[in-house]
Amino acid sequence: MSEAPQSPWQTAKITRIEKRTPRVTSFFFALSRPFAYRAGQHVDVRLTAPDGYQARRSYSIASAPESVTIELAIEKLDDGEVSPFFHEVAVVGDEIELRGPLGGHFVWSDSDGGPLLLVGGGSGVVPLMAMVRHRTLRKSVAPVALMFSVRVWDEVIFRDELIGLDDRRDGFDLVLTLTREAPHRPSDYSRRIDTAMVMQALARLPQPPALAFVCGSNAFVSAAAQALIDAGISADIIRTERYGV
Amino acid sequence: MVTRGFSSGRKPPAETDARIPPGQYLEQGFPVLSAGPTPRVRTEDWSFTLKHGPRPIKKWNWAEFNALPLTKMTRDIHCVTAWTKFDTAWQGMLVDDILADAGIEAPTGFLLAHGYDGYTTNVPAKDLTTGKAMVALLYEGKPITPDHGGPARLLVPHLYFWKSAKWLNGLQFTERDEPGFWELRGYHIYGDPWREQRYSGDP
Ligand SMILES: Cc1cc2nc3c(=O)[nH]c(=O)nc-3n(C[C@H](O)[C@H](O)[C@H](O)COP(=O)(O)OP(=O)(O)OC[C@H]3O[C@@H](n4cnc5c(N)ncnc54)[C@H](O)[C@@H]3O)c2cc1C
Repeated sequence: MSEAPQSPWQTAKITRIEKRTPRVTSFFFALSRPFAYRAGQHVDVRLTAPDGYQARRSYSIASAPESVTIELAIEKLDDGEVSPFFHEVAVVGDEIELRGPLGGHFVWSDSDGGPLLLVGGGSGVVPLMAMVRHRTLRKSVAPVALMFSVRVWDEVIFRDELIGLDDRRDGFDLVLTLTREAPHRPSDYSRRIDTAMVMQALARLPQPPALAFVCGSNAFVSAAAQALIDAGISADIIRTERYGV
Repeated sequence: MVTRGFSSGRKPPAETDARIPPGQYLEQGFPVLSAGPTPRVRTEDWSFTLKHGPRPIKKWNWAEFNALPLTKMTRDIHCVTAWTKFDTAWQGMLVDDILADAGIEAPTGFLLAHGYDGYTTNVPAKDLTTGKAMVALLYEGKPITPDHGGPARLLVPHLYFWKSAKWLNGLQFTERDEPGFWELRGYHIYGDPWREQRYSGDP
């Protein structure tokens, strides 16, 4: 296990808070002990009450590995414990305990090459965003198609940034699907991800993907991964990250 | 370090607290985590192989495996993503009964569990024997669904749940403690929730 990272708890200061959508807010952290990480990895966050009670959760890193500050994009679950704390209590200057980087499977570097098929549902886009940003910063030529499913246009996390990247036509292709609203761009969809949609996304790549990454809620990942398999993608190249419930 | 503004509203009552390992929280649902798509294995295609190194010791098909004694195990389970679930009810074949049917005792101190998806995880032999672990076929009286690792998954409830390999198709005795899939990717080689052995480098 010599290569495995040691990731002790450290404190990180919130330096910036940016609302991304009505339900998702980004928190930027300055680490007291900066670490190198790969696109797709996550951190564990731990909150401690005065009586010693602790709650911990995992959050994917949205920023590219090239960025020194760590961005976490957290979706608020109204009846949750940790996500409402971030949305309602945390302010710039607060110190939060976290450890990382964690996870060594759902990761991509430009040296891994492409093409890539990225498939995200809701906040499941977060680790994929780190990959897309890494690709841009490294001026990687790996062709990438990102299929991103959300309910409505206003819930498209990182919307301006993603559309800006799509407009560059440099091998990055954004496929949006809105499950509860009509499409806003001619090439987008308004239904859940299905096999036909995956086939059309694949047609936007010059070659079949070398790797596919699928991330979101368990229900989303199960359905989307099956759609990829039904579209002829080998299960061996599909990596998934499930946010649990 | 106390987090400004965070209170212990969810602190479990004292009587359950003793059952929740450090850093874990009580979950009512049953979240699903895995590294890839869910394999769908039909029982008519299923088989289970016991190996010592590269050498197969015995192989069972679904009917042969189901002829082994069925044991019930109701246990608390602990996932490294921090949820703990109480009183999960499983039925399956004790690893002890599998070894007995193969006519062997543990020839080495370590095993690798293998899944249909290529997943592997390492567990010491002493953690799989003496009634501690089983190959589970039923959850709450029903066949385990593919999402949760059916038709058959390993159940090692006293270790973090990534050790309870889904879609199990074999156990292999190894000479050394060989890291499996997550253990090669930064997770702890042993994974005791009570000692909070989540990641390599934890005590
Ligand atoms: C590797 C990984 C990466 C992740 N990355 C991100 C990310 O980038 N962004 C993001 O927003 N999330 C991410 N998640 C999810 C995140 O870790 C949390 O699960 C999420 O923020 C919810 O936490 P919470 O404390 O707010 O809600 P919880 O308190 O954990 O509740 C979650 C849901 O479960 C239900 N629930 C909880 N307790 C009970 C109970 N006792 N009885 C009944 N129902 C209950 C609640 O209704 C709630 O809707 C990631 C998860 C993993 C595993």
